[in-house]
Amino acid sequence: MAQTQEQTEHAPILSVSNLNLHYGEAHALKNVNLDMIRHQVTAFIGPSGCGKSTLLRCFNRMNDLVESARIDGSIRFNGEEVNDSATDVISLRRRIGMVFQQSNPFPKSIYENIVYGLRISGVNDKTILDEAVERSLKNAAIWNEVKDRLNDSALGLSGGQAQRICIARAIAVNPEIILMDEPCSALDPISTLKIEELIEELKSKYTIVIVTHNMQQAARVSDVTAFFYLGELIEAGETRKIFTNPEKKQTEDYITGRFG
Amino acid sequence: MKLFWKTGEPYVLATGAALAIILVMSLTLIGTVMTNGLGYFWPRELVQFELKDGSKALGQITQQEKNPLSGEQRLQLKVGNRDVFGQDFRWIDEKEITARSIPADAVLLERREHGNYFGFLQGVTAEGITLTAGTPYEKLIQARTLVSGKMNDTRKIRKQMSDLNYTAENLRLKLQKLEYDGTEKNAAAIAELTAVREKKMAEFTRLNEQMTATLAEIGRITAQMTDVAGGSKDISLTEIVALQRPNSMSFFAKCAAYLERVRELLLDDPRESNTEGGLFPAIFGTVMMVLLMSVFSLPFGVIAAIYLREYARDGLMTRMVRIAVNNLAGVPSIVYGVFGLGFFVYGIGGTVDTLFFPERLPTPTFGTGGILWSSLTLALLTVPVVIVATEESLASIPKGIREGSLALGATKFQTLTKILLPMATPGIMTGLILSMARAAGEVAPLMIVGVVKLAPTLPFDTNFPFFHMDRKFMHLGFHIYDVGFQSPNVEAAKPMVYVTTMLLLAIVVIASSTAIYLRNRMRSKYTTSTF
Repeated sequence: MAQTQEQTEHAPILSVSNLNLHYGEAHALKNVNLDMIRHQVTAFIGPSGCGKSTLLRCFNRMNDLVESARIDGSIRFNGEEVNDSATDVISLRRRIGMVFQQSNPFPKSIYENIVYGLRISGVNDKTILDEAVERSLKNAAIWNEVKDRLNDSALGLSGGQAQRICIARAIAVNPEIILMDEPCSALDPISTLKIEELIEELKSKYTIVIVTHNMQQAARVSDVTAFFYLGELIEAGETRKIFTNPEKKQTEDYITGRFG
Repeated sequence: MKLFWKTGEPYVLATGAALAIILVMSLTLIGTVMTNGLGYFWPRELVQFELKDGSKALGQITQQEKNPLSGEQRLQLKVGNRDVFGQDFRWIDEKEITARSIPADAVLLERREHGNYFGFLQGVTAEGITLTAGTPYEKLIQARTLVSGKMNDTRKIRKQMSDLNYTAENLRLKLQKLEYDGTEKNAAAIAELTAVREKKMAEFTRLNEQMTATLAEIGRITAQMTDVAGGSKDISLTEIVALQRPNSMSFFAKCAAYLERVRELLLDDPRESNTEGGLFPAIFGTVMMVLLMSVFSLPFGVIAAIYLREYARDGLMTRMVRIAVNNLAGVPSIVYGVFGLGFFVYGIGGTVDTLFFPERLPTPTFGTGGILWSSLTLALLTVPVVIVATEESLASIPKGIREGSLALGATKFQTLTKILLPMATPGIMTGLILSMARAAGEVAPLMIVGVVKLAPTLPFDTNFPFFHMDRKFMHLGFHIYDVGFQSPNVEAAKPMVYVTTMLLLAIVVIASSTAIYLRNRMRSKYTTSTF
């Protein structure tokens, strides 16, 4: 019994195998194999253009928006194939939320930003919406800052606040995974720190995949780190091990700052 | 000097000069229109001149200039009394004048026909009524109050008559339809309707007689006038639209007269082949046509732009469509008019007539120019503006906003309606403003698809279905052309042209400022930047 429990706990929630992605002629992801474990933070690191963001956008099929993208290989989310044409993209995106590099609050009130995901799925019950707003703003550690001005425009917030609103907006629909695409690259150190603390707390409820340029950040927040270079997954493993004792020479060169 | 050229300062000056020239030209244009238009209604004094040859002249001074032949100073006098003197204006050389005076009792009568009458009141012939007032002028005013009361009655009767006429005509058409359907089959209904129609016609005849009698009765009340040349004339009070003694009016009385004329301009029908009276039908027609045009072109343009920007694949085809749309805006507007006449009026309108209004043929209903076809033609003309503006504003929305919405599980359509369209609204409004301004000023295509010099009825009235899309209408832009260049008495019509231009400008300014106000409100709501 205990063993099965153990197994489901450590079973991969997302599992990528033999994934190749082409943008027209360019081969952006080369034969990637990687598992992401439930309730862990996985960090993707690597120099610009190495394909880490591209991989992240494969998980919730944001690459559908890019006409020239061609994907083969398999991504399994809870055992279901993501790239299958029969997959319901709408419900997939509801279960895999995403936070972008530039905070992108909608030109609506803070309240309407948070409930947007619920409203478009047909929830209009005021009590449910109110409850969701309070819960997700608290989970995103911004409740105290905005609780008195929920009806003000979200466009008036500072960069760090706006990014936490975007995180709250993502968790309002109760996803299983949150994908973060360099969430702190446009923020100052204090806002960055807040978001990092937030990631630490969110880990207990959600599985998080984060793309970052900042290696200290990867070292601080993640459990598992994957290093990409020129579209290939060079090395993936426990964060402590990657940063202290990497197996591959390229990984060591990158984390010690010899290139990238 | 070399340094001066090197700094680039001259180019800055050149740009500034270009702007200044444009500014001066626009201000001159608006200023000319305003000064000529606004001054038109001010009651100007009647000046009496005695000339060397012993004759006299009475009138309003309209211009002063140097005689191009003799080099002498001369002035233009509006002498009125077109029916007596044959013309409204005459030139008088300054050296011919021996005396000038401003007679306090000179009267200006604005008449329903033949323009103004300038002269002196001798008395009032009042048959059947007794006038208690003292002086002839007071008597005239008292008589006029009585007459205008009676005139109001006849106006009410006329309204009843036109309603009756409308009902009778509808009955006639119904009868015709039934007859087409088969006389035997509908015999009962035809008999019934014929009886109703007879009754309405009888009522109409009765009212007509009543009105004729009233008019004849009040028509006998006349003002006895003499003009400056000594001729006398009896003018029926029903002929008089307004009267004043401008030489003895106080400033406030003049202001009141001015406002009364402005009211008449905005709310009354035109008279004297449009050169006098009000502009209400033209104002109404212009505004309604522009609004209808917006109703057609806005949704159509926005939807087309959404497809082009959001759904169409960005290929050769899309690019061709985009170029075609941009070039449509450059097609001469008269071409749109011809197209509207062929396609809308004869094509669609003709078909509609044969299918739905066979009983009215050969009189066309929709198969002739009308406000609907005019609006559609102008919508066609302005839709490229809306498409371009909408596309631009959709394109300027950051990619992150779309992705943010899609990543939350929104469909493309939800993203469009809930996020993109509200954000694009200010841009769309800009397109709408431009297209409205364009449509309001356009005349050429309208001349062949529905604008007329004088429309007997407005395209909106109290008869069901209220909006009569098939009716012809009047338009301020066409009014300018018609009054200024097609009227028999151009000199007298000149002030009206300025006033009409001013009104058209005012309508465009009002429409644009409303739209700009709405746009700015939306803009402050949707585009406060985070960074």
